[in-house]
Amino acid sequence: MLDAVGVDAEDELFDIPDDVAFDGEFGISSKSEAQVRTEVEATLSRNHDLVEFLGRGHYDHYVPSLVSDLSRRSEFLTSYTQYQPEITQGFLQVLFEYQSFVVELTGLPVANCSMYDAATALAEAARLAGRVRQASGSTVIVPDHLHEGKAGVLDNYVEGAGLSVETYPMDDGAVDVDALSELVDDDTVMVYAESPTVHGVVEPSLGSIGSLAADNDALFCLGSDLLALALLEEPASVGADVVVGAADVLGLSTSYGMGLGLFATREEFLRQVPGRLVGASEDAAGKRAFTLTLQTREQHIRKERATSNICTNQAWVALRTAMHVASLGADGMVDLAEQCVTNARDLAAKLDEVVGVRAPVYDRHHFREFVAHTDQPAEAVASELESEGFAVHVVGEHRIQVCITETNAGHAEALVTAFEEAA
Amino acid sequence: MNYDQARFSRDDVYEPLLSEKDGREVDVDSSLPDDLTRDSVSLPSLSEPELARHYTRLSQMNYSVETGPYPLGSCTMKYNPSFIEDVAALPSGAVHPDRSGETVQGTLAVLHGLQEYLADIGGMDAVTLQPPAGAAGEFTGILVAQAYHEANDDDRSEVIIPASAHGTNFASAAMAGYEVVELPSGADGRVDLDALEAAVSEETAALMLTNPNTLGLFEREIRDIAETVHDAGGLLYYDGANLNALLGRARPGDMGFDIMHYNVHKTFATPHGGGGPGAGPVGVASDLAEFLPKPQVRKSDGGYELFDPERSIGKVHGTMGNWLVLVKAYAYISRLGDAGLRDASAKAVLNANYLASQLEYDIPYDPFHHEFAATAGDRDAADVAKRMLDYGVHPPTTKWPELVSEAMLTEPTEVENRSSLDDLAAAFNRALADDDETLANAPSRTTARRIDQVSAARNPRLSWHALEDDGGD
Repeated sequence: MLDAVGVDAEDELFDIPDDVAFDGEFGISSKSEAQVRTEVEATLSRNHDLVEFLGRGHYDHYVPSLVSDLSRRSEFLTSYTQYQPEITQGFLQVLFEYQSFVVELTGLPVANCSMYDAATALAEAARLAGRVRQASGSTVIVPDHLHEGKAGVLDNYVEGAGLSVETYPMDDGAVDVDALSELVDDDTVMVYAESPTVHGVVEPSLGSIGSLAADNDALFCLGSDLLALALLEEPASVGADVVVGAADVLGLSTSYGMGLGLFATREEFLRQVPGRLVGASEDAAGKRAFTLTLQTREQHIRKERATSNICTNQAWVALRTAMHVASLGADGMVDLAEQCVTNARDLAAKLDEVVGVRAPVYDRHHFREFVAHTDQPAEAVASELESEGFAVHVVGEHRIQVCITETNAGHAEALVTAFEEAA
Repeated sequence: MNYDQARFSRDDVYEPLLSEKDGREVDVDSSLPDDLTRDSVSLPSLSEPELARHYTRLSQMNYSVETGPYPLGSCTMKYNPSFIEDVAALPSGAVHPDRSGETVQGTLAVLHGLQEYLADIGGMDAVTLQPPAGAAGEFTGILVAQAYHEANDDDRSEVIIPASAHGTNFASAAMAGYEVVELPSGADGRVDLDALEAAVSEETAALMLTNPNTLGLFEREIRDIAETVHDAGGLLYYDGANLNALLGRARPGDMGFDIMHYNVHKTFATPHGGGGPGAGPVGVASDLAEFLPKPQVRKSDGGYELFDPERSIGKVHGTMGNWLVLVKAYAYISRLGDAGLRDASAKAVLNANYLASQLEYDIPYDPFHHEFAATAGDRDAADVAKRMLDYGVHPPTTKWPELVSEAMLTEPTEVENRSSLDDLAAAFNRALADDDETLANAPSRTTARRIDQVSAARNPRLSWHALEDDGGD
C-alpha cells in the first residue's frame, strides 16, 4: 500500500509543520481486552451497592431481555444516521414506530425521533415557542419546583434566543392556578407545567392551565414521561401544544442520567420542530418506504437558520424505548403505570405510620414518587438510611423524596424498617 | 463483497408495521380518579416471538459497519471493538445520577480518568464530559467563550466560521446569539489569512475551525491563524470531528486552540447507533476552566468528588451526559494506549491515500490526511452514490463540502484492509462508468428502490396514525 501511495512510511503522509507536531507520548500504556475489562470492573465495583429509591426524572424500570438482546444486533448498533434510506429501511421503520408510539400516547400528531434528554427537550420547546410567538413576547413561565438540571439547561438555551424565564408558585405540590394567571400576560410565549411533577404529584389542573395559556396566545408545554402517559390524561385533550419529558423511563434504566427526550407538538408547528423526523414515502417501485424528511429545517441545509443544532441525537435509545413499549403492549403499559400509582400510595401509607415521618407531604395523587416529612433533619435521616443500604433524595431541611418502581418494590418493607430506625 | 440486504416482501410492504400486525385499544382502568386519567390507549400487543422476528427482520434491512465499509467523509464511521459493549453493560455502572459522590467512587473514577485522557490527547487543561453530542459540545464551547468575554466586560457579537465548516458550527453559534461571519476558503482549500485578517475585529468572539479541515487538508498556517484571532481578542475553537487524523501526531492545544470538543463517538469508539447517542466533551485552556458546566469531577483526599466551577456557565444536559458512551470511550483509549492511538491515525491516513490512488476520479485538493474530496465531474454525485448501493457498499458523503463540485467526501478510516479498500475502489469506479440512465434509476438491488424525498416532505406522514388517516397506503 505504501508503494501504491509512493511513500516509504505512513509518517511521510502527515503534512504537519514541526512547530505543532507532537511526539505521541501521553503515557497511556496499551492493554489487552481482558485487562481493560478487569480494571474497569474493579473500578466500578467501588460504587456502593445501594438499593435506590431515587427518581426525580430518572427511573429504574425493568428492561425486558428482548430489548437488551435485539437492540445490540450490530445492524442497528453500528449503523449511521439514515442518510441513504434505501439501505436503512430497518432503522427508519423502528424510528417511525417510535414516533407513532409518542403520537399515540400524547395525542399530538407530530413527534420527532429523539432529543438528548428531558431537560434539553424542554429547552428546545421554549426556543420553538420563542420562534412562533416572538412577535408578541419573550417570557417562558415554569414552576418554581422545576428540577435544577432542567432549570439550568433552560437558562442556557433561551438566553441566545432573547427569551427570559420566570417562575410561578406551587400550592401543596400542584400548580397555583390563581397565582399563575396573575403572571401570564401578552409577553408570555410559553407556560410549562408537569404531570407527574418532579415530586411525583399528578397535576389536577392541566385543563385550566391549557386554557390560560391559550387565552394569552402562549403555548402550553406539558412535561411528562412515556409510561405515565399510558395512564394520565391525554396531553392533547388538556390543550397541550408541546409535550416534552423523559422517554428513557422505558428502554434505558438510570444509566447515570443518560437520557432520551420526548418531543411532540401540533401540526401547525411542524416546520419549527427541532431534531430529526422520519416520514413515510414511496420508492420508485411504488412501495411504501421510510426516509428522514423535512431536512430543510436542519443545520446541514439551513446552517445558522436551522431550528436547532441537533445532529447526532439518541436514535439507538429511541430504538430501545420503542422495543420496550412494544414488549409491554397496551395492557402491559397500563398495568405497569397503575403499579406505579399503587406502589407509591402503599409505600407512603406505610411510611406515614412510622413515628417521626409524615407521608405524603402533599395531599395529592402521586405517580411513582412522593415527598415525606421527617421530624429529624432530612440529611441525618438520609445518611442513616444510606448506611443501612438505601439511597433516597433529600429535598428540604425536613423533606425526603422516595421513588418506587417494580424493581425496588421488593425492598419496600426493608426501607420502612430502616426509616423506623433512622427517623 | 456485494452485500445484499434482506427483503421481506408482502404485496405492498417489506415488513408490516407493528400497528398492521395488531392495534389493540385498551380501556384504561385505574385507581386514580377518572378526571386524572385517559379513557383508553391503543398500542400493539404482540407476543415475544412475534416481536423478536419483527426486529430481527428490520435489522436485516439495515446497513451497518459490521455489514460493510462506511466511508462517510467527516463522519468517521469505524469498526468498534465488541468488548466495549460488555464494559458498558457492567451492572455496577448502572447507578442513579443523584447518588452522592461518596457512593459512586467507581463511576467518578472512570469519568475522571476519561477527563485526563482527553485533556492529554487534545493538549487541553480541563475537560467537561457533560455535552451529549458533538453539536452540544460546540454550543457548550461557545457559551464558555461568551462567559469568558463577559467576565472581561468585553461584549462581542460575532463568530467567524469557514464556509466549508460543518453546518452545526453555524447553528451552535447562532443558538448562543452570535452573528455568523462566513469565511471563504483560499485557492488551496485552506483558510486564507488575508480574508481572515479582513474578517476579524473587536466584535470577534471566536473562530471555529477544524484541522485537518473538511477537505482533509492540514491548516499549515495554524499558528498565524491563532495569532490573528488572539490579537483581535477572540478565542480559537477546535471542532473535533477530524481528530481521528491527528491522534498522537498533533494536539489542538499546541496549535493555539483555546476550546475544543471531542466527538468521542467518532474518534474513540462507540458504535453510532443509527444516529446516536454520542458525546461531545469539551476541553479548554486553563484560564477558561472556571467557566465549564457544573458539576465537574476532581480528585479529593483518597478519591473523587463533584464540584461546581467558580463561574460555571451552568448546565447543558440534565445530568452528567451520556454515561454509556463515555465509559466506552474510556475503555477504548485504555485498550489502545499511546501506540494504538498513533497507529490508528497512521492507518487512517494511509488508507485514505491508498483508496484515492485506486480511484478514477479527480481529487482537486491535496495533500490530504484521513479524508479527501473526490469529484464526480459531470456526473451527479448523489446518483453515483445511489449506484454504489447496488455494488454492496455505503457511499461517501456527497455534494459537500460545496468547494468541490459534485463532491464525494471519502473517509475509509483505519479499519479497512487492502482488499476491502480495493473492493470499495471498484464500487466507486464501476458506478462512475455506468450510463446516466442506470445512475438515475439506481439503486435496484436494495431493500427499497430510490425513495421519493419530495413527496415525503410535501405530504408529511410521520406516524402510522397519519397513514391510517390517508386510508392506508
